[in-house]
Amino acid sequence: MTTEVAVLGAGMHPWGKWGRGFVEYGVAAARAALADAGVAWRDVGSIVGADTVRGGYPGYVAGATFARALGWQGARVASVYAACASGAQAIGAARTQILAGMADVVLVVGADAAPKGFFRPAGGDRPDDPDWLRFRVLGATNPAYFGLYARRRMAVHGDTLEDFAQVKVKNAAAGALNANARYRKAVTAEEVAASAVVADPLRLLDICATSDGAAALVLSSMEFARRHGAADPVRIRAVSTVTPTYPTTVLDLPDIATDSAAVVAPADGTFRSSIARAAYEEAGIGPEDISLAEVYDLSTALELQWYEDLGLCGEGEGAKLLRDGVTAPGGRVPVNTSGGLASFGEAVPAQAIAQVCEVTWQLRGTAGARQIEGARVGVTANQGLFGHGSSVVAVR
Amino acid sequence: MVANWFAGEGDDFRLLGTRCTACACVFFPREDGFCRNPGCAGGELAEVPLSRRGRVWSYTDGRYRPPAPYVSDPELPWEPYTLIAVELEAERMVVLGQSVPGVSVADLEVGMEVEVVPGVLDEDSGTTWTTWHWRPVEVGA
Ligand SMILES: [Zn+2]
Repeated sequence: MTTEVAVLGAGMHPWGKWGRGFVEYGVAAARAALADAGVAWRDVGSIVGADTVRGGYPGYVAGATFARALGWQGARVASVYAACASGAQAIGAARTQILAGMADVVLVVGADAAPKGFFRPAGGDRPDDPDWLRFRVLGATNPAYFGLYARRRMAVHGDTLEDFAQVKVKNAAAGALNANARYRKAVTAEEVAASAVVADPLRLLDICATSDGAAALVLSSMEFARRHGAADPVRIRAVSTVTPTYPTTVLDLPDIATDSAAVVAPADGTFRSSIARAAYEEAGIGPEDISLAEVYDLSTALELQWYEDLGLCGEGEGAKLLRDGVTAPGGRVPVNTSGGLASFGEAVPAQAIAQVCEVTWQLRGTAGARQIEGARVGVTANQGLFGHGSSVVAVR
Repeated sequence: MVANWFAGEGDDFRLLGTRCTACACVFFPREDGFCRNPGCAGGELAEVPLSRRGRVWSYTDGRYRPPAPYVSDPELPWEPYTLIAVELEAERMVVLGQSVPGVSVADLEVGMEVEVVPGVLDEDSGTTWTTWHWRPVEVGA
């Protein structure tokens, strides 16, 4: 199939609070991915960096910064910013270059050194910035939105605090088996219930932390992979980077209000569901083909939402899927076998790349103690602030 | 701090949005630059008051002090605020806002009727920042 690219290498820098700069993490991940691929940095034709806005100047630090640290060798360069979807857009840009014949081998890198506590907008008075406004006018932090979604699910679908806690229990158990995860300790439902409420109804252990971390991939044309001796590599079959469709009817970060649906009827499904739909259509598969999923569990309740948005179950059935063990290791569609953001925390430009690393290792059968049986198709899902969709389908 | 997002006193207090004169789409916070309907070539945007009442879509609170640019006095103990997302029937949109002081999440339910009232976001010696608050409609009042 001509729309596929090979994943030759995957690598990470362990996530945590390490107190160093994002370049160091990114270079470590890049070197790990290059070593995994068996490709020399000098033989990489293009590098795509997912930007961080915290480690330096927004918009133009990532790609060339990593290239300089690895040693200037003249590669084509691109840097992308799409908030939490930055990593997927970096993968998308790399794939486009490969499919267009502009590069045989592309290194994709995302890394960040996150600040402690709540994410917050940059300083200064900026009332034309919706992200600034929601803090200034409402004090609405990211967890406030997670709380709104969680409470809404409880009211509409009957989800319980115990359901939310069980997501954390599941993901923490997976993270305990992952050497790259920040938190490597099992968590009980009692511990979730005993943690402090941050934004009703969600508690500290329902919400993901911020972390330092990095992830990298070496992608190539299928032709190059064959010549390189990788006859049957993990392949990326789809990269969804869609925008929403007007009017959006779910109150999304960082908005103060939804669009009005009084004049223009909303499209079928929400923005989040359209992200997966676009990936499935491009890959020529459906949710029934999925062996595992890595989803963006900013909060425990949000993971249940993703089950529905990925089509793993019907609307409102996410908690039942969890309760039935379908998304646990050994279930029909294990979700967040890496441990998810619950175990990693957020390192914004790296997380969508890290999801693809996990899927790659699972599809190769090299995920060690976390390995699930017979994985053939993996999907990732993510959503970037300001309307950036992100989903990747990889197959073996 | 934000110009012309609300106006009026007492029962006349309203959130102000804008409406496209070509396609009639309504925007809040007010959109004065362009109509965001992809099916509209764009029209003049005229100020329009939003419905006074709506129903709770969801709610939450902030148990920890939010970072700047939220204004709060770090010398004072943190008092959690309540946030309510309110569905306006006529506009078919959801608008977020803080509740009036004294309303906690324990007082709220999804679907409950609320109305918009003027409020104070913060005040220091020199400035009072006004805002809108959502207040549960008194049953039988
Ligand atoms: Zn219009």
